[in-house]
Amino acid sequence: MKKTLFDKIWDAHVVESIPNGPDILYIDKHLIHEVTSPQAFQELKDRNIPVFRPDKIVATADHNTPTENQHLPVKDLLSRKQLKELTQNCEENNITLYGLGHPYNGIVHVMAPELGITQPGMTMVCGDSHTSTHGAFGTIAFGIGTSQVAQVFASQSVLVQKPKKLRVNVNGKLKNGVTPKDVILYIISELGTNSGTGYFCEYAGNVFEEMSMEGRMTVCNMSIEMGARGGLIAPDKTTYNYVEGREFAPKGEAFEKLKIYWESLKTDEGATFDQEYSFEAEAIEPMVTYGTNPGMGIKISQAIPENESKSSGKALAYMGFTAGESLIDKPINYIFIGSCTNSRIEDFRIAANYIKGKQKAKNVNALIVPGSRQVAAQIEAEGLHTIFEEAGFQLRQPGCSACLAMNDDKIPAGEYCVSTSNRNFEGRQGQGSRTILASPLTAAATAIAGKIVDYTQNLN
Amino acid sequence: MEKFITLTDTAVPLEIENIDTDQIIPARFLKATDKAGFGENLFRDWRFDNEGNEKEDFPLNQERYHGQVLVAGDNFGCGSSREHAAWAIKAYGFKVVVSSYFADIFKGNSLNNGLLPVQVSPQFLSELFKAIEENPQTQLKVDLENQSIKLIDKNLEEKFDIDAYKKMCLLKGLDDIDFLVSKLDKIKAFEKQQTV
Repeated sequence: MKKTLFDKIWDAHVVESIPNGPDILYIDKHLIHEVTSPQAFQELKDRNIPVFRPDKIVATADHNTPTENQHLPVKDLLSRKQLKELTQNCEENNITLYGLGHPYNGIVHVMAPELGITQPGMTMVCGDSHTSTHGAFGTIAFGIGTSQVAQVFASQSVLVQKPKKLRVNVNGKLKNGVTPKDVILYIISELGTNSGTGYFCEYAGNVFEEMSMEGRMTVCNMSIEMGARGGLIAPDKTTYNYVEGREFAPKGEAFEKLKIYWESLKTDEGATFDQEYSFEAEAIEPMVTYGTNPGMGIKISQAIPENESKSSGKALAYMGFTAGESLIDKPINYIFIGSCTNSRIEDFRIAANYIKGKQKAKNVNALIVPGSRQVAAQIEAEGLHTIFEEAGFQLRQPGCSACLAMNDDKIPAGEYCVSTSNRNFEGRQGQGSRTILASPLTAAATAIAGKIVDYTQNLN
Repeated sequence: MEKFITLTDTAVPLEIENIDTDQIIPARFLKATDKAGFGENLFRDWRFDNEGNEKEDFPLNQERYHGQVLVAGDNFGCGSSREHAAWAIKAYGFKVVVSSYFADIFKGNSLNNGLLPVQVSPQFLSELFKAIEENPQTQLKVDLENQSIKLIDKNLEEKFDIDAYKKMCLLKGLDDIDFLVSKLDKIKAFEKQQTV
């Protein structure tokens, strides 16, 4: 039978299928963090069940951490307690933890790929919806709730119904200045926030084949924003080259052996999908969102569309926008470059390349938050920190930061923030904050101009 | 886990689409390390102003609406995987959430906490909103065994889908951890044959 990439990995991990019910799916890697794990550890303690495979779990602290003075005790007492519980739980259960200050610490979806923990063909879960990021490697990776975190602790497996299959094809030549973030924001704006619900999405076409691993991670990261549990891209040379030589990647003969298997991880010609969409690369422009869900996006050159629905009206009222207006020239006081969507070295190179020799506008607070300690070190090694500092940007220590504003990195009520994160929900970046999702390049250009600009006008 | 068999009660309407888990429970309340107390902060920023006063126009604050059924607009529970959202809804006192569409992770989290997500057709959902608006005392009957939801006064009924395994878990009050632990021998055997 012809199989999709998704089928091949899924079927290889089914321990048992329950008739008229879910599959018991074996999990190769379980990533955990401080916010969604404590209640799961407690659940096991209450039932007196041990953690079944601690060597298949990796922990990091990222969501509820400060981005300044990480060498000092965390000021917020609740946050400090949550971080301490993670440390204790990991110690008690022999789980590897890359805590605050560790050279491998970082946002879970940035540190795991860069350490070679994420590998093609694996099944991976984490108590975080953006676990879909790891699909960039040809991996079945999806977010789970805390009850499921406890299930994986207890059995290294989850009970889950096999999702339906969706394929999104983008072929053609991207316009100059269009980045992977624009590609995924475009797809979500076309398909809507629940088009992917019940599906796992494969991204195919030359546009994804030509993307770097960083770009593919940005795309797969936002699969959940169209409702898909996960997204994945077939592994290829770009993938193998990225994985090879990384800390926890297989080495030498073991790597070569695995590579032969990885090369089989492609959708068979003629395999069928439950749903399929195709887009032309030429139609995509830099994207911005104008509403309160990631599907409410427009090309930067377009006006906000008319929409009669009550929910759309509520969203526009929250954002302080009206249908028919353009976002170009809107004054902006905050920009944020970071989050598991856009905090990898390539994102900062793109931003720095634009910013170099320029100054941020006086009205703008510009926050740059690397995804991991390793990314931060790379920023320094390449001298990008000097560019950011000279331009007046604040370069912080790694973490989820203003993407969900659990720490002090909050956008004040009523203020707009052009943000490279993944969600523009009401209050996501702080109570009353108004988020405009965009690429690192759009965020950088906004910071320099002090307002939203279509930088493609200045590109050759 | 608490069993769910059948429930007859009034409902609270929340006619907003794409309600995300950040609205259900904002991230700043996720610092707790236990499951208690999330009900107080359910829909925090829609329910209360910055001074902590109740917002009068929000249905949960309106006396005429009460009951253990929450009826919400399309695509309920999208966004983050935080199970705190299901804990908050349950802790507030709801036992059923009705919508025309649920986000996957939220649906799974609800089922794992004895909170029943009932997916109805857009037409039935709009009938529900209309009926509750006309008469907030409107009684709804949710019957899990028969997989049906009924607007009693109007004698309008619709069937809903639920995974057979999850239905059994809810009816008997069983959860997935016990089940998976009972399968550990099979899981160990799977590990042995896993070649890559």
